[in-house]
Amino acid sequence: MPDATGLELIAQELRAADGAPEGATSHSPILETRFFRGRGTLVVEPERIRAVLAHLRERGYSFMSSLHGVDHYPHEPRLGVVYELLDMARVDRITVKVLLGSDAPVLESVTPDTPEGAGWPTADHQEREVYDMFGVVFRGHPDLRRILMPEDYEGHPQRRDFPIGGEPVIFTYNERQAMGDAG
Amino acid sequence: MSEYRRREQSITLAPFDEQLEDGSGGHDGDTTAELLTLNFGPHHPATHGVLRLLVTLQGEVVRDIKPIIGYVHTGIEKTAEDKSYWKVIPVIERMDYLSYYFNAMAFCGAVETLVEVEVPKRAQYLRVIHLELNRIMSHLVWLGTSALDLGAMSMFWYCFRERETILDLFEMSSGQRMHTRYFQVGGVIEDIPPGFAEKLRGFLEEMPGRVDQYGAILSANEIVLQRLRGTCPLDADTLLSLGVTGPLLRAAGNPWDLRKADPYSSYEDFDFKIPVGTVGDNYDRFAVRLAEIYESVKIVEQALEGLPEGPYITEDRKVALPPRHELATSMEALIHHFKLVTEGFRVPPGELYFPIESPRGELGCFVRSDGSSKPARVHMRDPSFVNLQAFSHMAKGAYIADLIATLAMLDPILGGIDR
Repeated sequence: MPDATGLELIAQELRAADGAPEGATSHSPILETRFFRGRGTLVVEPERIRAVLAHLRERGYSFMSSLHGVDHYPHEPRLGVVYELLDMARVDRITVKVLLGSDAPVLESVTPDTPEGAGWPTADHQEREVYDMFGVVFRGHPDLRRILMPEDYEGHPQRRDFPIGGEPVIFTYNERQAMGDAG
Repeated sequence: MSEYRRREQSITLAPFDEQLEDGSGGHDGDTTAELLTLNFGPHHPATHGVLRLLVTLQGEVVRDIKPIIGYVHTGIEKTAEDKSYWKVIPVIERMDYLSYYFNAMAFCGAVETLVEVEVPKRAQYLRVIHLELNRIMSHLVWLGTSALDLGAMSMFWYCFRERETILDLFEMSSGQRMHTRYFQVGGVIEDIPPGFAEKLRGFLEEMPGRVDQYGAILSANEIVLQRLRGTCPLDADTLLSLGVTGPLLRAAGNPWDLRKADPYSSYEDFDFKIPVGTVGDNYDRFAVRLAEIYESVKIVEQALEGLPEGPYITEDRKVALPPRHELATSMEALIHHFKLVTEGFRVPPGELYFPIESPRGELGCFVRSDGSSKPARVHMRDPSFVNLQAFSHMAKGAYIADLIATLAMLDPILGGIDR
C-alpha cells in the first residue's frame, strides 16, 4: 500500500500529467485523497476516470481486482463506483473512486478499448452488476444489460432507499398476475 | 408469449460473420455451414449449478457463448445491510457454498480492520487450519464433480469419502458441517475440542496417499488425458486482463497467490509451495488444483504443530461476547453481553476492501460503515463471478465436449456468482 505521502505524490503526478480537457468541471482530476486504515483512495472527477486509470496502469497498477458500486444515501453526490487496482510486482493496492448524483448517473465505461487507450475487459460483468444494482449507466459499454436481476425488473435494488421485501414471490400459478401481463 | 419471456430470449449473440471467422481451430472454414444456437441449462448436471449458456454451434464447434446468470440470486448483499455486523456472518457464508470459511474470513477481516481489533495468534492459526481444510474440501468436490463430467464415475465417491472426514472435523469444532459460523469478528467462536487434534492428525496422515491415488486413477487415464491435455488454453496476460486469479492463473504459469504475496492471518509463518502450470490448458488447471491439496495438507500440519497457547478470540468485550461463566459473576460482562446481542457493536465510519485467496482466486470483501451497528454496504468480489468472463475466451473454437471439460476445470460456484 502507498503510505499517506506516497498517495499524495501519486495525486500530484496525476494532477501534473492531466491538463484541463474540455467538458471537465474542475482543473484537477483528483478531487480528494483519503488515507484510511493503511489504504489509499483517490476520489476522481467522473469525466476523467479513464485517463486516471490509464495513468495508474502505466505506473504499475495494471490489474483491476474489483469494480463495485456503493450508495452514500442520504449524502449527495450519492452513488459511488469503486475501482480496486493492484500492482502485482510491488504487491501494492490503490482504490479509485468516482462519485455521481442519483438522478440519471452516467459514467464512461472502462470495459472497451478506445482510440485513447486499452480497456479493462474484467470490468464487463462488474459494470453490468453496478448498472443492475445501482442504475449507473456506463456510456460505451458493449452489452449493458441487467445481469443478476430479471431483465424487466424495475428499480435498482442495492440503492439504500430501495425497500427490502414487499414484492410478490412468483410461482407458476401467479406468474401472469405478478408480471402484470395478460399475454 | 409474455413480454417477460420474450425479453428473456432476446440476448444478442455476436454478429453472424464474426462468429464464423472467429477461432479457426483446424477446421475447414466452411462458411456455408449452418449455425445452431443451443440453449444449455439452466438445469443441467454439467453446469455445476444453475448456469445457463447460450451457445452458438457450427457443427460441433463452439463459435460463441453467452453466459446468463442470476437464477440463484438471493440478494445476500442487500440482506446484509439490514443485520448487525455479527449477524451478517451466517448469510455471507452462504454465498459461495463450498468455501464458507473463506467468505467469513473476508468479511471478518474487513470488519476487524475497520474496528482495528487485534486477532490473537491462536485464533489466526485456528483460522488457517479451517481455511486450508476448507480448501481441500472445495477441491475435492471440484475433483469429484469434474471427473463425473469427464465420465469417471467412481472418483466422485472417493472424493466425497475424504470430504466426509473434513465435514466431521468441522462438526467437531463448530457443531455444523456446512456454513459453520465458526469465524467471529476478533477470532473464532470456540477453541477446538479434545480429540479434534488426533482426528485431524489421522486425516493429515491419510490424505497425501489418497491424493496420490486420485492422481494415479486420473493422470494415467488415456480418456482423461485426451479430454484435458491441450484443450482450451488461455495465456496469463489475457487471464490477467480478464481479472482471473487463483488456480486458473497459476495454471498459466503466473505464481500469484495472496497467501504468499500479501499474507494475512499468519500465512507468513508457514512453509508451502505454490504449484504452477506451464501452458494453461485444462490439464494444467487439473494438475495445479490436485497439487494444491498436498500444500494445504502441509500448511494444516504446521499450523496444528505450532498452534500457540492463548485466547482464541479477542479480549475486547466491545466486539466479542464475554465467556459464559463471567455472566453469573460480573455485571460488566452482563451489560456487554446484552449490548452485543441486542444492538451489536458499532463500527467507525469508513470503507475498505479486504482480499484473501479463496480456492477459486481473489475473494475480496468491501464493507462500508456509516458508524451504526449495521453495515451500509457489503460487497463480495467473488472469483467465480469474475472468472466466468474468461469462459467464452477459453472455449471459442473448441468442440462442445471440450466446453464441458473447460467448464468443469473453471470450477464456477453459482452461489458465489449470483450471490
